[in-house]
Amino acid sequence: MNSAPQSPAEPGARRRMSGIGRVLVAVYGVLALAALGRSFVQIVQKFDEAPLAYTLSALAAVVYVIATIALVRSGRGWYRVAWATIVFELTGVLVVGTLSIALPGLFPHDTVWSWYGRGYLFIPLVLPVLGMWWLAKHRPAADAPVREPLAAAERPAQ
Amino acid sequence: MIEWYTWVQLGVAVAAGLLCLVLGLAGRKPSDLSVGALALVEVLLLAQLVVALLAPAFGNVPSGSVLEFYTYLVSALLLPPAAALWALLERNRWSTVVLGVAALAVGVMVYRMLQIWTVQGL
Repeated sequence: MNSAPQSPAEPGARRRMSGIGRVLVAVYGVLALAALGRSFVQIVQKFDEAPLAYTLSALAAVVYVIATIALVRSGRGWYRVAWATIVFELTGVLVVGTLSIALPGLFPHDTVWSWYGRGYLFIPLVLPVLGMWWLAKHRPAADAPVREPLAAAERPAQ
Repeated sequence: MIEWYTWVQLGVAVAAGLLCLVLGLAGRKPSDLSVGALALVEVLLLAQLVVALLAPAFGNVPSGSVLEFYTYLVSALLLPPAAALWALLERNRWSTVVLGVAALAVGVMVYRMLQIWTVQGL
């Protein structure tokens, strides 16, 4: 049962979250869950040890959650939110990653972004780049009026 | 936590993950095989939960943080049902890939759980 009819080409009918974009969203969701769980543990257990690092962890986790939601939703507003959160993540991972290597004293405790996300298989470094590539390729319907009617169709006709 | 059981569980999660990735990239829609593999991963996690709840009563206590352990376990428990639900709503090859991603993520979490229980704090 090969899914030949649903070829990856999907001419014209590109919605934000179709095809491989769903995998991207899934990975975002997993990372959001992981970051949320970890920062929950850090804050409950040992917030006093490193308030800066753990506040940052919590902030990062919340931003991952928002990014995941923004990637799923359609429309211009969510598109902007998706860009903002993903740029925030990339900045975060680059700045904190660099600082954690250059000035290890500043971040004695691990955050999601320490060492460019080493504790998370470098997924935090790779994911924003893939996300930006995805967003750039899939502008919202308003930018391409021809495709507007398609945005209303929630799922492909089987 | 029973160490050999956890290793088996880790092996099953990784195998299920790779299986679903391969099936998905080969263009298969979610099938009984791929969703069933995730169901197996979930059942093993539930068994792990029972073991973890009972183990301390038999003198098998975690060396690391109990809270962290259960955060991982509960997060891991959420993944297979979420991925399977996705696979039911959205029947295409990428849902099969998502099943694989979820299973691999469970594998990583099980490994972290093993570390927390056995080697942390030593």
